[in-house]
Amino acid sequence: MATQTSTKVIGGGDQGFATTRLDALLGWARKYSLFNYPFVTACCGMEFMAVSSPRYDFARFGAEAPRFSPRQSDLLWVVGTISQRQAPILKRIYEQMMEPRWVMAFGTCASCGGFYDNYTTVPGIDKIIPCDVYVPGCPPRPEAVFDGLLLIQDKIASGVRKPSVVKPRMDPATDLVQLNTKKKEKES
Amino acid sequence: MEPIDLDLEEGELELPSEPMHLNMGPSHPAMHGTVRCVLELSGETILKADVQIGYLHRGFEKMCERGTWTQVFPYADRLNYVSPMLNNVGFAMAVEKMAGLEVPERCQWYRMILGELARISDHLTCTGAMAMELGAITPFLWWVKARELVWDVLEEETGARLTHSFGRIGGMAKPPTSQLKELVRNAVPTILHLLEEGEKLLLKNRIFIDRLENVGIISGADAKALGWTGPCLRATGVAYDVRKAHPYLKYDEVDFEVPVGGRGDTMDRFLVRLAEIRQSCRILLQCADRLPDDGPVNVDDPRFVLPDKMDVYTTIEATIQHFKLVMEGAKVPAGECYSYTEGGNGELGFYLVSDGSGTPWRVRIRPPCFPIVAGLEQLITGRMLSDIVPTFGSLNMIGGECDH
Amino acid sequence: MSKLALEKLQAKLGPKVLETHSHLGDDTALVSADAWHEAAKLLRDDPALDFDLFVDLCAVDYPKREPRFEVVLHVYSTTKHHRIRLKTRVGDEEGEGAELDTITNVWVGSNWFERETFDMMGIIFKGHPDLRRILMYPEFEGYPLRKDYPAQKTQPLVPYRTEEEAGLGLEKVAPFGGDEGMPFGRKWFEKGAGAFGELGDVRGTQEATGPRKDG
Repeated sequence: MATQTSTKVIGGGDQGFATTRLDALLGWARKYSLFNYPFVTACCGMEFMAVSSPRYDFARFGAEAPRFSPRQSDLLWVVGTISQRQAPILKRIYEQMMEPRWVMAFGTCASCGGFYDNYTTVPGIDKIIPCDVYVPGCPPRPEAVFDGLLLIQDKIASGVRKPSVVKPRMDPATDLVQLNTKKKEKES
Repeated sequence: MEPIDLDLEEGELELPSEPMHLNMGPSHPAMHGTVRCVLELSGETILKADVQIGYLHRGFEKMCERGTWTQVFPYADRLNYVSPMLNNVGFAMAVEKMAGLEVPERCQWYRMILGELARISDHLTCTGAMAMELGAITPFLWWVKARELVWDVLEEETGARLTHSFGRIGGMAKPPTSQLKELVRNAVPTILHLLEEGEKLLLKNRIFIDRLENVGIISGADAKALGWTGPCLRATGVAYDVRKAHPYLKYDEVDFEVPVGGRGDTMDRFLVRLAEIRQSCRILLQCADRLPDDGPVNVDDPRFVLPDKMDVYTTIEATIQHFKLVMEGAKVPAGECYSYTEGGNGELGFYLVSDGSGTPWRVRIRPPCFPIVAGLEQLITGRMLSDIVPTFGSLNMIGGECDH
Repeated sequence: MSKLALEKLQAKLGPKVLETHSHLGDDTALVSADAWHEAAKLLRDDPALDFDLFVDLCAVDYPKREPRFEVVLHVYSTTKHHRIRLKTRVGDEEGEGAELDTITNVWVGSNWFERETFDMMGIIFKGHPDLRRILMYPEFEGYPLRKDYPAQKTQPLVPYRTEEEAGLGLEKVAPFGGDEGMPFGRKWFEKGAGAFGELGDVRGTQEATGPRKDG
């Protein structure tokens, strides 16, 4: 996680005071109590409902409380395709959020426009607002969403703002499967 | 966004009582994400409402013209994304009508099973979201849990929870798995049980009843003139269900009823959907009994169906067939046709125009919820602001379908 | 579908019914544009036809044909259980002059469908109470579903962020050109492009379009 030197200046006012312990405390508090703004538009919204539901509960990660006002939220979940018509609204919602704020692009349409390469889709929300984590998938599995959420939490804790993408998980059973088929070939 | 003009002359006095203009914007929890209502309110009463859609227009019809017939299936899935199999099946049937294909019996039962599972998922989501928007979050969570059970079956069959892209022209992408019948038979009682639990919480609740009864009433004649179909039309008393009126697949061989409401209010639309879930479960169990255990799923027509992969690797004919189908697309005969099925929201129609090549000339979807949302204005004018929430929820506007 | 409706239309409108067919069991009547409203009224009001459920209104673009657009109406009768498709043709080669009477006073439901047809194809419905764009935003210029509107031509409402703003130095160039991933994104005006292309009535014997050339 955070690999920082002993002192780090947190901005604010003339007298900036520097401490890592406070920084770490703030990071810990922020990451485990995310108020999310679900900017839900399309099919990924169904997976968002699934992520918030009892089986794949994201309340476990502290990110349950949806706040439908951007003034009160710190994590903007952009869920689903953003059309050109919806773009100004997304931008306005993002501008109304207060610092510190993070953005998660949930789904391929939010990350890069998806397969809607046409006159009406914004090819990814990073064309309009800065984005911190991209969760690809159409729609992404809830487990992938959690990977993204954990990535956001890491970013919040470490303060790094470089955007990152959730990678697909490798299936640990792949080697086993290959072994089985090789065995079958040897037998036959 | 469009500005709201107040038409006042120079020097005209603004009287203290004027209607308030309120924007229930496109990013709103109760607006299902993508509908904007520009309201003119007098206190809490709505004088005028301008319902603006199109915030999720993704160019479905234009994208279809750029690929092959089979490449439409992923786009079709994302139309009514809560019941994607119904869209897949609808489109596949439309192309098959044009091409003159008759799918084997096993495929028909299989399509029915997956379609009814999708319908259950659609109705659970709609009713759950309605309850949640009124503050009753618990039934929503329980019904989403029931929906997860449906999605488990679909995931086992198709590989994906939500946007399966499983339909193909002339059949399905893969044959049913051997556990399908068992999965369905295990899932149905649990779904019904969870449905009942949620109903127990809601249907005797005074507040819930008061918020839904006599709210958003529409008459049958008005609904028909507007073009309403599906549960919203049946709640007004008009018993039009495509599965009964013009049976397709094997719907004429299964026993089920079509729930019809009496008053055409929001409560009726809610109850009709719950009753339809029960009927769908009934259909599922019958289909699970009748699904043949073996036999082909795809029609045996090399012009439309991809050959078996091992054949593609070993024989030249199959390679050519595969190449032509993938690169040029299935050549559907020229002409036009309109094919309709019962989607989650009503009559889901596809009007296809083909010019004889592998790419569609025009794929027009007749979205069932487009005319339904057109009727929203009529439903909420004169009512109070908070009546919009259950009324709009009961219409089950699915953005992907309405805005296509 | 409804043969009775076709007969009644022909009886009432006579020569204005230009063509009828029942291809694939869908009864279709093509009427001339000035008889559109009259035909719609007949379908709704005649007690033997009783088309009370409005189903669909859309338009199809045939750029090589004159008139260019074909407006298609589908209606259904919940009492008699029959359907009909009513078509008419408007518009010239440039897409100008595509005007048609509105049928919102026949079926209220056609209101939004006519707005959508106007939005997507540019067909003006005379007498429509509120003809404005419905799926696209008002600042959008052009009619997206027409064949000559390029599918990827965007008109962004919010100007896109530049690479510097985003803090990225990457060159984002699609390796296969603008039409990446769609090797057979057809150009409708190409030779042999099916029945409505330049060669006219080519059915089912299309040459392979081959790899897409940079356009």
